[in-house]
Amino acid sequence: MLDGEPCNILENEFVKPGKGQAFSRVKIRKLISGKVIEKTFKSGDSVEGADVLDTELAYLYTDGEFWHFMNNDTFEQIAADEKAVGDNVKWLVENDTCTITLWNGVPIIVQPANFVELEITETDPGLKGDTAGTGGKPATLSSGAVVRVPLFVQTGEVVRVDTRNGEYVSRAQK
Amino acid sequence: MRTYNWRPSASIEVLKQRALVLQKIRQFFAVRDVLEVDTPALSHATVTDEHLHSFSTQFTHPFLPQASTLYLQTSPEFAMKRLLCAGSGAIYQICKSFRNEEAGRFHNPEFTMLEWYRPGFDHLQLMTEIDELIQMVLGCDSAERVTYQDVFKQYLGYCPLRATLADIKSLAGQYGYAELAANENNKDTLLMILFSQHIEPNIGQDRPCFVMNFPASQAALARISPSDPLVAERFELYFQGLELANGFHELTDGAEQLRRFKQDNTKRQSMGLDVMPIDKNFIEAINFGLPACAGVALGVDRLLMLALKATKIDHVITFENSRA
Repeated sequence: MLDGEPCNILENEFVKPGKGQAFSRVKIRKLISGKVIEKTFKSGDSVEGADVLDTELAYLYTDGEFWHFMNNDTFEQIAADEKAVGDNVKWLVENDTCTITLWNGVPIIVQPANFVELEITETDPGLKGDTAGTGGKPATLSSGAVVRVPLFVQTGEVVRVDTRNGEYVSRAQK
Repeated sequence: MRTYNWRPSASIEVLKQRALVLQKIRQFFAVRDVLEVDTPALSHATVTDEHLHSFSTQFTHPFLPQASTLYLQTSPEFAMKRLLCAGSGAIYQICKSFRNEEAGRFHNPEFTMLEWYRPGFDHLQLMTEIDELIQMVLGCDSAERVTYQDVFKQYLGYCPLRATLADIKSLAGQYGYAELAANENNKDTLLMILFSQHIEPNIGQDRPCFVMNFPASQAALARISPSDPLVAERFELYFQGLELANGFHELTDGAEQLRRFKQDNTKRQSMGLDVMPIDKNFIEAINFGLPACAGVALGVDRLLMLALKATKIDHVITFENSRA
């Protein structure tokens, strides 16, 4: 919590002179106003934790303005806005479970599963016979995300991607 | 939750370059007749500096009823100085050092340190030798030399030695640290944040830069300048945003050394940190006689980052800590 708003840490740079005090330079997004600010804390300083609730919900669909999720046990539905979904929109797969962070009952963060499986909609054919996967090539996925994949992976295949760093993991197990 | 990753964080190509750099460093000292030594990583005592956090472990001796606490060394300084007291002459060491509570783009809790001592040198002579080593490894220009006081005045407009705590607090406020400064009554803490964020990025960009004459309050194990009691004969080397090395014209006064260790422990107590056992062997050795000398500790991983233009320390070490 900072200035009465729950915040999300975007980056945290550890700063420490060899002989001296350690600091954290933190880049923070205020989740209500959407403002990104930088702050410096001494190591060991503490701030009030935000009273938030994480829930596991299945992604249903988007109407262009909101993204709708459902609790598969209670069938209760909830809608998250663009600010909550943010860049993670490219990892939303229908029926996949996402972690939705609620603050006062309102979704403020939508976190996709660590790994998602998506179909490749477009990628260069690549070189035949190159199975070592040196370098790789860009591939566009059905959700719109672009990831680097090995040369042997082709359009139409389903691949497994790590959503935390946007890296290709493997072909999906059939 | 732990995530697993079996792959090295450095490429095999980088590891070959790393081996080559280590070879060059050993050659550098061989031709200068500086002896390579290998001191213990585990000791019964450790550093008292309130900003350094040692790892500790329990040693169970097969013949003793009770286990004793051992500390992984944050640098090989105490043991190497004991060797100097015992008459070793010039020595160097390349070893792992361990620092708890340190991890980040430029920090790994265990890292490789190159530390060396030159009896008969003062810090200025040692700086010349460091400069030669850096030029050999990086192929860069010769380093420039500035004083802490001058760079601070140049970039922040205040004399760091004569400014009062109130001056530095208001300066910190101007640079966006008002909240941090409001509760901070240690002038050095504020000087450190201002220096690391607003001076370090501006110096040593085209060529390495030695910053000399740190404030006496940040002397660590350096002697106080005989010509100016406000400064210590301590220097740091910066290059392209990295703090590469820290060196001293070494303190050889055992009573003064013991006083500083005790002062550190008093600070630790007031900060709610554990008091650390003072290295009595080290104090005894200095009392026996530490030859006048200069010494420096240089981060080998960071040197490699510069040599290989790596952006993260992870990329020059086999397995960064989360994969270890």
